[in-house]
Amino acid sequence: MAPRMIRGAQAVAEAAALCRPQVISAYPITPQTVIVEELAQMIANGKLEAEFVNVESEHSAASVVLGASATGVRVYTASSSQGLLLMSEVLYNIAGMRLPVVLTCANRSVSAPLNIWNDQQDSISLRDSGCLQFYAENNQEAVDLLLLAYRVAEDHGVMLPALVCVDGFLLPHAYEAVDVPEPKEVDAFLPPYQPLYRLDPDEPLTFGAYAEPDKYMEARYMMQRAQEKAISVIQEAGHSFEKVFGRPISALMERYRMDDASTALVAMGSVIGTIKDVVDELRSQGQRVGALKIVTYRPFPKELIYHALKEMENIIVLDKAVSLGSGGPLATEIRAAFQGSPQPPRVSGVIAGLGGRDITMDTIKRIISQAQKEVLEAEFVDLREDMELEGVD
Amino acid sequence: MDTSHLFASGHSACPGCGQAIAARLVLRATGKDVIIANPTGCLEIFSSNYTASSWEVPWIHSLFENAAPVASGIESALKATGRLDKITVIAQGGDGAMADIGLGALSGTWERGHDILTICYDNEAYMNTGIQRSGLTPYDASTTTSPAGEVSLGNPRLKKDLPQIAVAHGLPYVATASVGYPQDLDKKVKKAVSIRGPKYIQIHVPCPLGWRHDSALSIDIARLAVQTGLFPIIEIEAGQLTSARKIGKKRGVEEYLRPQGRFRHLFESPAGQQELKKIQEIADRNIERYGLIRAG
Ligand SMILES: Cc1ncc(C[n+]2csc(CCOP(=O)(O)OP(=O)(O)O)c2C)c(N)n1
Ligand SMILES: [Mg+2]
Repeated sequence: MAPRMIRGAQAVAEAAALCRPQVISAYPITPQTVIVEELAQMIANGKLEAEFVNVESEHSAASVVLGASATGVRVYTASSSQGLLLMSEVLYNIAGMRLPVVLTCANRSVSAPLNIWNDQQDSISLRDSGCLQFYAENNQEAVDLLLLAYRVAEDHGVMLPALVCVDGFLLPHAYEAVDVPEPKEVDAFLPPYQPLYRLDPDEPLTFGAYAEPDKYMEARYMMQRAQEKAISVIQEAGHSFEKVFGRPISALMERYRMDDASTALVAMGSVIGTIKDVVDELRSQGQRVGALKIVTYRPFPKELIYHALKEMENIIVLDKAVSLGSGGPLATEIRAAFQGSPQPPRVSGVIAGLGGRDITMDTIKRIISQAQKEVLEAEFVDLREDMELEGVD
Repeated sequence: MDTSHLFASGHSACPGCGQAIAARLVLRATGKDVIIANPTGCLEIFSSNYTASSWEVPWIHSLFENAAPVASGIESALKATGRLDKITVIAQGGDGAMADIGLGALSGTWERGHDILTICYDNEAYMNTGIQRSGLTPYDASTTTSPAGEVSLGNPRLKKDLPQIAVAHGLPYVATASVGYPQDLDKKVKKAVSIRGPKYIQIHVPCPLGWRHDSALSIDIARLAVQTGLFPIIEIEAGQLTSARKIGKKRGVEEYLRPQGRFRHLFESPAGQQELKKIQEIADRNIERYGLIRAG
């Protein structure tokens, strides 16, 4: 299909509908709400057939898709920020029950202070939950990664939930040209969900039994192995995607002008767009700068990342989240990827764009020149100088 | 068809556990075409220690506060795949799960009108974590978080009226039952299953460990709760009281309270004696409210 100028929320909702979920749960929270509103309208207009469950909390939104998924159907929901945090207990549980629930996270900061704008603290907080995590740069990727997420999550070697993360407001509320594929293409890429087990009186099974110390660790080990296995499943799904839809997808990561680069910027999500513009500008001035976009954050493709970055002199990791008391979560993991390598590159970490603060091209250029002089540990960039910061000396 | 095996023996419930008996009676009444969502709690723990399970029907445990929305998802999936006609979806769990931590989620499930039978096994405290007070713990009961002491007479609050909360949601069928009256329980479960929409049954189930009574007395104690008027067993259909089990000969509340260690302190001080009068008043109000004694 030819690309259409549509709002991100519509693109994501159309993509979700193309995956033919049979149960959708919905609970409002900005900036995610626009996605489930689109789905509700599709159902109201008879364009999508699914049970649409208006729940009374995100905890229940996740619980409803858990129950439906265990009954053997494909499901969808979406959330942001406090909503995602409220879901978190259930998402850990969904992962442990090995249910391939897929949701879109419209990334938003977490309270306090209350703030509805974008950063990635919400989904990053679910880093250790067992959910696969994909980060979209633009609305085309928000669509493509959703299709990919179902395929990977439902792979019998994986069977884990997946979060497709889209930067709140910046993507769901933005109009961009998006190629939403044809139903028959999607059907070819994503066959109907085949559960391994389901709740069924004809074949009664017990789900969610408790495990004593002599069995619990094995269940968690199997999850870790499934995460590791997902790397090759994602790669394979990416190849299949290109065959079916006739266009490329960056499923694990994307190298941007990295050949012969000596400085690399690493980030996730929509900020990569700005970073690419900076790379282009600096390249035109003869600087050897490139960018590495991390698309799949869980599983963390650390070997690929290592190989993509090992020749760099300078690596600058930009996090739109912070592990308070430590530093940028992505930066920490990139540093760990070089643990024990003979000549580790200099890895700088910066925290930027929290709570919707703009990350401009100037910001990024400034970070680059600073990081070329000294290694930045966990630098908060673009802090105001005209505000008294109580308790900070 | 013999359905007595659907909740199989071999589980690790305590001797005299009222909940274990009631769960078995419920499944005997429903038959095999059910899917059960069961929150964390004693019933879940003693019936599903991986790799063993007592459940001969499809059964899922997710978390403590979400059995009702998990059941909502199951029901929605069955509806979407045209299988709901043949299968009864049950959300069942303890008083803590249903009346306290899961009440918001249960309210949402009821309000949405899902075709689900909710069952609360009311043993009047958080037993699985060691007998802490819940919203359904009765007045003056001593629990580990509402202990009797020099200046305490146990739980200072009245039992939350969950059946009336259910009625306020417009449920077509709300009932209370007791493990002490298995035939009544059987009838109520069968009736609930025959009705479309959200249904609620609260079953009073003694817990010998938590109530501190002889494990051989569970059924007697359950019956005394009904016969004193402290736990009326009733049916409310479309908002109307349609049945209330009559009390043949009224028994004083002391008869019910005395064998239970959780009320022992009431018999050991003058202040406690005063409390017994208040508990009798609670029973008398129930008798009046539900017409538990035949007139004339
Ligand atoms: C979110 C959460 N909070 C607390 C607990 C701890 N917990 C597990 S079971 C339970 C008590 C269950 O009480 P009830 O629902 O009355 O069932 P019972 O064990 O009495 O049958 C508690 C407090 C938990 N598992 N999850
Ligand atoms: Mg209890």
